[in-house]
Amino acid sequence: MVLEFILAIIIIRYLRSYLQKDGSLPKWDRKLIIALGIAIGLLVMSILIPRSKHIAILLADALLLYIMYVAYTTKEFQPLKPTIYAVLPYTIVSVVDALFVTISTKDFYGEWRGYFETAKVFTVIWMLAMWFITKRQRKAIETERIKALEKEKQYVITEALKSELEIQVAERTSALTLQKEELQHALDELKSTQAQLIQSEKMASLGELTAGIAHEIQNPLNFVNNFSEVNTELMGEMKAAIEKGDMDEVNAIANDIIANEQKINHHGKRADAIVKGMLQHSRSSGGQKEPTDINALADEYLRLAYHGLRAKDKSFNATMKTDFDESIGSIQVIPQDMGRVILNLITNAFYVVAEKKKPLTPDGKINLASKDYVPTVTVSTKKTGNKILISVKDNGNGIPAQVMDKIFQPFFTTKPTGQGTGLGLSMSYDIVTKGHGGELKVQTKESKGLPGEESGSEFTIQLPIQP
Amino acid sequence: MKVLVVDDEKDIQTLFEQRFRKEIRDHSIEFAFAFSGEDALAYLNGHEHEAVLILSDINMPGMSGLELLGHIKQMYLKPPPVVMMITAYGDAENFNMAKQLGADDFLTKPVDFNLLKEKLKILG
Repeated sequence: MVLEFILAIIIIRYLRSYLQKDGSLPKWDRKLIIALGIAIGLLVMSILIPRSKHIAILLADALLLYIMYVAYTTKEFQPLKPTIYAVLPYTIVSVVDALFVTISTKDFYGEWRGYFETAKVFTVIWMLAMWFITKRQRKAIETERIKALEKEKQYVITEALKSELEIQVAERTSALTLQKEELQHALDELKSTQAQLIQSEKMASLGELTAGIAHEIQNPLNFVNNFSEVNTELMGEMKAAIEKGDMDEVNAIANDIIANEQKINHHGKRADAIVKGMLQHSRSSGGQKEPTDINALADEYLRLAYHGLRAKDKSFNATMKTDFDESIGSIQVIPQDMGRVILNLITNAFYVVAEKKKPLTPDGKINLASKDYVPTVTVSTKKTGNKILISVKDNGNGIPAQVMDKIFQPFFTTKPTGQGTGLGLSMSYDIVTKGHGGELKVQTKESKGLPGEESGSEFTIQLPIQP
Repeated sequence: MKVLVVDDEKDIQTLFEQRFRKEIRDHSIEFAFAFSGEDALAYLNGHEHEAVLILSDINMPGMSGLELLGHIKQMYLKPPPVVMMITAYGDAENFNMAKQLGADDFLTKPVDFNLLKEKLKILG
């Protein structure tokens, strides 16, 4: 039997390859090579000197046991324990066998030899079985290890991605915060611009009124001046009449003076009302609802708007018609706001009738519709049930169907750039609906540009009567 | 002499009657009043060649003073009535337009009655 030597050689080689993998070979290499040398030496000895065969086997067993002991007690070789378990039984049997051969008599050994052979076969089977099992386990462990390594790698990659993502998220967050601040800023600016625009719309409509107001104030002022001059003259005449003693003449003159003073007072009040109305118009809103004579309000703004437009365009003229329902009396509105709405509707109406009267259309063609055309703006009021209707009607060109949806939108205007803010109707709509709980409706018939046709628009403010 | 005064302000009648009380009393001037361009034309149709002088405001609703002037100058060629237009102060555009249409003279608002009396004397 030479299995012992081969085993020793195999185990030593196995150890070396294990250590090589482990990276701790240099520490052990010398010792292992010596052990390998011994094992080979013993093998050679057992072949060359058959009589020393059993001694050589014993020595090989001793070497194996020693290696196993070292492997068992050294930490670095812990994973090799299964190998030790595999080889140990055979080595022990081999030692006992060799001892018997050397020590006991030939007969005694002959009697037991069969048992030893059987035992050796079993230990070899054990050894092979162990070897298979260990190999399989090792493979499983190896695959586990590779899997774990993969996982580790994946984890590292995931971690790197995660930190990258975190950086991106932080960047995005700061960008978004910046954007949010910018938007907030833009919103604030828009709000203040809106406030400015509303104010400028008020001022623009005041501008439209200015000429009308000037005309409306000029007339009463002229009367005040003229009548007071007349009265001075009459006083002189009265003095002369008193000197003459003509009491009838004195009386007649005195009556005239009284009548004139009343006229002066009337026209003074007229101018006063106009100035008050103007101040009220320019005042910022937030006004309170108060009982207001809607007919008087509409009439006042109709005249102001008319004279305002005439002052701008000397050739402009229009027939103004009014149809007031006197049963309305006073209703609760914010006068300056409702005045602004009525003014806006009236100025729009005058603007469109003036457009239709122009001898040329905007695209430079002869305006057939302007022939025999009488520009007319009608303002009417009506009380129906628990509602008040204020309507402003023109006989202009009407509103084209494609812009009907837009007329109440802010900044929508059909006027040339710079002439309209586009806020008039949208502000009017807000005042009527939000400010007064009413409705602002429009009906229109579009012109086909032919002479003598009927066209125009009618805007109707519908206000609920509050108890 | 008959004068037609056209203005949409009704108090203009009282004012003229007071200012020209002496002239009215001694029948040296007779006044008629119209409160719109349409009224004025209707009066002229009913009283042909009576009014020697027409005094008209320009700024009136409906038919404006300028339109009225145009009609008068077309309708009455012989003898042409004198038409004086009353323009607002500094209103060059209306002034030029009225001149083109054949206005004979101008007065600016507020009317200077002494100046008007001087002009009437010359006409009379």
